[in-house]
Amino acid sequence: MNVFSSIGGYLLMMKAMFSKPENFKMYWKELMHQSVEIGMGSLGIVAVISIFMGAVSAVQTAYQLTSPMLPKETIAQVVRDTVILEFAPTLVCIVLAGVVGSKIAGELGNMRVSEQIDALEIMGINTKSYLVAPKILGALITIPLLVILAMVLGIYGGRLAGTLGGILPGETYDRGLLMNFVPKNVWFAMAKAYTFAFIISSVSSYYGYNVKGGALEIGRASTTAVITSCILILFADYVLAFLIL
Amino acid sequence: MIEIKNVSKSFGDKEILKNISAVMNTGMTNLIIGTSGSGKTVLQKCMVGLFEVDSGDIVFDGKDLTTMSEEERKELRQQIGMLFQGSALFDSMTVEENVKFPLDMFTKWPTAKKMERVNDVLERVNLKGTNKKYPSEISGGMKKRVGIARAIVLKPKYLFCDEPNSGLDPQTSMVIDKLIHEITKENEMTTVINTHDMNSVMEIGENILYLYHGKKEWEGTNKDIIFNKNEKLNEFIFASEFLKDAKDMRMLEEKGIIDNDRNMDKIMREGGANLVITDDDKKE
Repeated sequence: MNVFSSIGGYLLMMKAMFSKPENFKMYWKELMHQSVEIGMGSLGIVAVISIFMGAVSAVQTAYQLTSPMLPKETIAQVVRDTVILEFAPTLVCIVLAGVVGSKIAGELGNMRVSEQIDALEIMGINTKSYLVAPKILGALITIPLLVILAMVLGIYGGRLAGTLGGILPGETYDRGLLMNFVPKNVWFAMAKAYTFAFIISSVSSYYGYNVKGGALEIGRASTTAVITSCILILFADYVLAFLIL
Repeated sequence: MIEIKNVSKSFGDKEILKNISAVMNTGMTNLIIGTSGSGKTVLQKCMVGLFEVDSGDIVFDGKDLTTMSEEERKELRQQIGMLFQGSALFDSMTVEENVKFPLDMFTKWPTAKKMERVNDVLERVNLKGTNKKYPSEISGGMKKRVGIARAIVLKPKYLFCDEPNSGLDPQTSMVIDKLIHEITKENEMTTVINTHDMNSVMEIGENILYLYHGKKEWEGTNKDIIFNKNEKLNEFIFASEFLKDAKDMRMLEEKGIIDNDRNMDKIMREGGANLVITDDDKKE
């Protein structure tokens, strides 16, 4: 019953978001603010994770490719495809579910508990469209950009680990990157990035917006938002892979 | 004027408001008083439309809130200012930005005009020079005053205050009460205040509604309240032993039995509960 009422509440919140803004300029300002908060706020962690996941991927692939019959370029191909197909969109978005999701749920939860949302409602502002919509749009703008950055840095991390560790020369790695490249993989990764961005921002907004109680409930809402987002990301990952690949 | 007509509200099986009717007069500070859990906040939230009533009407100058469309409610809400118990200031904005927010959202005024209005209201609430401070950098009393400034910046017709004195010292509470009272008179607003602070009741209670377990138990002014005969209201207003003794003393004084000034010293020294009136205490 709880699950159904949560789904119903979530859908009603999504519906209520679509209304005419009271003041377009203020909504635009909020969208820009949220885009900077979500994008810039996660830049550092995404960069670090991406470089290391590419590096680890290169070292482990080299470790498993023991046959002298396989060319060294294969390492670059494996790193490229795993980073583009899975690591950059899925792993980064799971991390972002923690970073961005808890931030959104915490911010909205705090606004709810301290009556800031009520204050906006009293002023005659549609709080769902003023507070939630810019967060979702901001995530849809910045998270795919972060995923693209993660792809680039992940592949570069693999090259760095390969050359610094003496696994393969840089030129060989670059040559491998260009071999058997399938552009569809990038589109697939972007489809995942947009889907996951929507899941992270909307689910976290829902839990944050509907907090009841005090500080303890804000913490609980953040945790629930992150867990639910992660599960939905993994489920959506499987569905998209099944449908598109 | 706001008319509350037979309003009832329940949450689940629990009936919070039971068939309440009252009138909140224009140009007056209308107080809703009662113990914690008596339904004051629920009634006020019903009045501003944050809660839907189960039955009854809430009429703002002839327009019934309960039958209004969402657009009509939006329009009405732009004529409502509200001061929340915890001030509800936006943490990420400065004092100036908090007060300017309603103007940014609902007016197309040039920035200079907006700033003029912001500075005017901040000066009115004695907060000149605090424009660039964040809510975390100012005291509780100042936060309340910023809340008042934000509530009145659009010159609303109706002002709602939910326990404006909670968490404030008696002196600051009095400043806030006086400020709300003055602003009500200056702008000819209909002000509704939830409180259980007896100082506020006596200072600014021009029209008082006493709620007891969700029911209207008494209605009157601050002049009537001390001499009221309602047992439940008397339990509420004379909840402290000191006030009970003060009331007894006042009666004795009125009957010409004692001299109040002399007995006040004795009460302060010995405690009101143990006061024994001796022949020395009686008026000469």
